[in-house]
Amino acid sequence: MTMAGEILRRQSPAEVDVCGGSAQELHVLAVDDSLVDRKVIEKLLKRLSCKVTAVDSGLRALQYLGLDGEKSSVGFDDLKVNLIMTDYSMPGMTGYELLKKIKESSAFRETPVVIMSSERILARINRCLEEGAEEFLAKPVKLSDVERLKNFVMGGGEVCSDRRINKRRLEENNDRDDGHAPSPVSPPCSCDRAACTSSSSDSSSPSIAPSSSKRLKIHHQG
Amino acid sequence: MLESLFSTPKICQFKATSSFVTPHTPLSLNRQGTTGMEVGQMQRRLVEFTKSLFMEGFLDGQFLQLQQLQDESNPDFVVEVVSLFFQDSEKLLNDLTLALEQQNVDFKRVDAHVHQLKGSSSSIGAQRVKNACVVFRNFCEEQNLEGCMRCLQQVKQEFYLVKNKFETLFTLEQQLVAAGGSIPTMEITSF
Repeated sequence: MTMAGEILRRQSPAEVDVCGGSAQELHVLAVDDSLVDRKVIEKLLKRLSCKVTAVDSGLRALQYLGLDGEKSSVGFDDLKVNLIMTDYSMPGMTGYELLKKIKESSAFRETPVVIMSSERILARINRCLEEGAEEFLAKPVKLSDVERLKNFVMGGGEVCSDRRINKRRLEENNDRDDGHAPSPVSPPCSCDRAACTSSSSDSSSPSIAPSSSKRLKIHHQG
Repeated sequence: MLESLFSTPKICQFKATSSFVTPHTPLSLNRQGTTGMEVGQMQRRLVEFTKSLFMEGFLDGQFLQLQQLQDESNPDFVVEVVSLFFQDSEKLLNDLTLALEQQNVDFKRVDAHVHQLKGSSSSIGAQRVKNACVVFRNFCEEQNLEGCMRCLQQVKQEFYLVKNKFETLFTLEQQLVAAGGSIPTMEITSF
């Protein structure tokens, strides 16, 4: 009898579109225990022409990536995941714990990992960023957030937006519902960084730029 | 007392940009047998109803995000997500009811359920349900059983209210489409 984990592995190379197939196509692994959120994030990503694999737990994510320590006869050379987006609060394994395991692996430590959460707890955010998370996204996630992420992963420039977690704003009001108006698809960036490209850029290079240094990308105001 | 804790909806203006697809003159009949004028009325009714949902705080901007995501490849996306939410949430509400009936209430467990409900309601833009969950979580943290039970009632109330509203909304949309009209897109132009 085959186990669920093995089935996942056997199917994955067939499912996966190796990135070379389409210059612009990203493969994103989305991890969230909420069915509603999985459906939404999947749609957001598909709208941006990304290939999505959505799983419901950290364990499944590790199984998919081949990091769960199980012996596998299938090689992972062809499994290209360009971005991992994970919810923070999940039963069993939190997004933080998943992040750590991914960063400890040789195969996926360079893959950008984004943590999503509806709770803006400063200590939690810091911990994730220090552990190597690319970004901490506030839920509910919007199309503009994902678009920005896609641009970043495609190597299109600085990750920059007023939707980013701003440390000072967080310290002032933890957990306040700021209910700002939904941003249009390509929001003009309010920062003054010359390098900022908030609209989608054309990446001529089919290869995906791995997340570079461990520098914390927190956008400070003023 | 709980009512005063809910913020009143912010003032917002709406712009309904619609593609009023009525190629016929108002008095001619289209294939479905409805007049262009009727379709126009249906569209207006839909717009007014949708507006009211925002004005009364039932929905927030996240719902508009979902509507924007709907397209030809997935024309029932919004209905599907909202239906998922209702299925999911009914279960959560049952679990919550049970959890609060226990001899020794496990407030951490209760909180975990409320957190889930808060998350999914937030994801579809069900603002009043979400706000009710925020209050609920505060009582969980205080381990205040009475407060929790009141909150559960409040959450249930908001849940069934918004469910009703969605059913009306989807029915209006269905009728409009069946009559040959198209659903106007809405934007919030200012808060």
